[in-house]
Amino acid sequence: MSDVRLETDIAVIGGGLVGAAIAYGLAREGRAVRVLDEGDVALRASRANFALVWVQSKGLGMPEYAAWTRASAAAWPALAAALREDTGIDVGLSQPGGFTLALSEAEMQRRMEMTRLLHNQPDMVKYDYEILDHAQTSKRLPAIGRDVVGSIYCPLDGHVNSLRLFRCLHQAIKRYGVGYHPNCAVETITPIAQGFALEGSFGELRAGKLVLAAGLDNARLAPMVDLEAPVVPSKGQIIVTEKVAPFLTYPMHTLRQTDEGGVMIGDSQEDHGFDTAVTTAVISVMAQRAVRMFPLLAKLNVVRTWSALRVMSPDGFPIYAQSRIHPGAFLATCHSGVTLAANHALTLAPAIARGGLPRGTSSFTSERFHVPTLA
Amino acid sequence: MFRRLPEATGAPIPFTFDGREMVGRRGDTVAAALLAAGISVCRTMAVSGAPRGPYCMMGVCFDCLVTIDGAANRQGCLVLLVEGMRIKTQAGAPQAQAEEGAT
Repeated sequence: MSDVRLETDIAVIGGGLVGAAIAYGLAREGRAVRVLDEGDVALRASRANFALVWVQSKGLGMPEYAAWTRASAAAWPALAAALREDTGIDVGLSQPGGFTLALSEAEMQRRMEMTRLLHNQPDMVKYDYEILDHAQTSKRLPAIGRDVVGSIYCPLDGHVNSLRLFRCLHQAIKRYGVGYHPNCAVETITPIAQGFALEGSFGELRAGKLVLAAGLDNARLAPMVDLEAPVVPSKGQIIVTEKVAPFLTYPMHTLRQTDEGGVMIGDSQEDHGFDTAVTTAVISVMAQRAVRMFPLLAKLNVVRTWSALRVMSPDGFPIYAQSRIHPGAFLATCHSGVTLAANHALTLAPAIARGGLPRGTSSFTSERFHVPTLA
Repeated sequence: MFRRLPEATGAPIPFTFDGREMVGRRGDTVAAALLAAGISVCRTMAVSGAPRGPYCMMGVCFDCLVTIDGAANRQGCLVLLVEGMRIKTQAGAPQAQAEEGAT
């Protein structure tokens, strides 16, 4: 794709989990779609995702986010089934419920208080959760250490194999005839009479509609179509161990055993700009906490550590918006591309195909960051 | 499959592989000693169970995993052979086990 002019119904900028899920949903609606992606040097948040399909603890400060998250977890089996039908790949979805473990009374109290506040919000979606002490936790998680004072269990939580999910989404969009164009960074977007002209070193692409799913680069691209995406990087570090025989059926908030046997540990959130270096201090604290949670981890070899950048909005919630001045230009950004993949493919994309945003998402526009100007 | 170079020297180092007595040379890694002894399969994969043997010889491919003196999943190409080592086939994924009294 070099110096040629291409046309398509809908262009999706960004081929990570968010862009690929939306492109998949649009293609299933029968739309002609092209995905413009960066190359291997992209700051791809999909590399560092923790593969949780996670409900508990989400939405304090925005009950609509709790409802959106819960709906996506509920839609996940349908997404997994659709992907299996389209590609033959099983993404390893497992939703046995998940735990947040506390390693001190203070941490337990803090987590209980957060949970109470979350569920006491007006218009909060209702779902079950349990507060468990050490003995009750240990009945379901026999491998926990004595330092675990208690846990919060939510039966809606789960996880997938996110590497397979990523591959599977790309295979699925290819099967639907979506044009996938790597190494095609978009430099400028110009609104034109019948849509948008996207330009870069690749040439030009004209699209009737446009979806910005470019992660951190949305901050640069959004103003070109009069949208706003004030997202900043938030570093997450991850440890993965050698593969061992299954010992952990349930995912934890910060620790899970993958369906292939490796244990992933990810317990960090830092705001260090665009620095993706792995730091020993953070990694050691993560490892120590993990070993206190599950002492049998102490003897395992670590095979990899890495870090990547989450895409964080000012309040941590997703942004979904359509440009008022340039209708047809949509924005989607979040830091839970796995959990929300089902909603992105099965709810958001069909609405975009019809020309709007889904019901229940009006709170997610970036106008929420300008309360005084709205008043 | 492999032959030692004619100029290769080094004192003989006895070890066992799955209980069989073998002899390597001083300076061998575990993976090199196994290949020189004609062993081409030293593990089965944790996910598929497929057989694997030493490949990259530089710590990258993880196909030379073996159990050495009871420690599972050691990379044979990164461990120097020591006299009397008890090396075993790494069969699938090992069990994670806690230290005594840790839970």
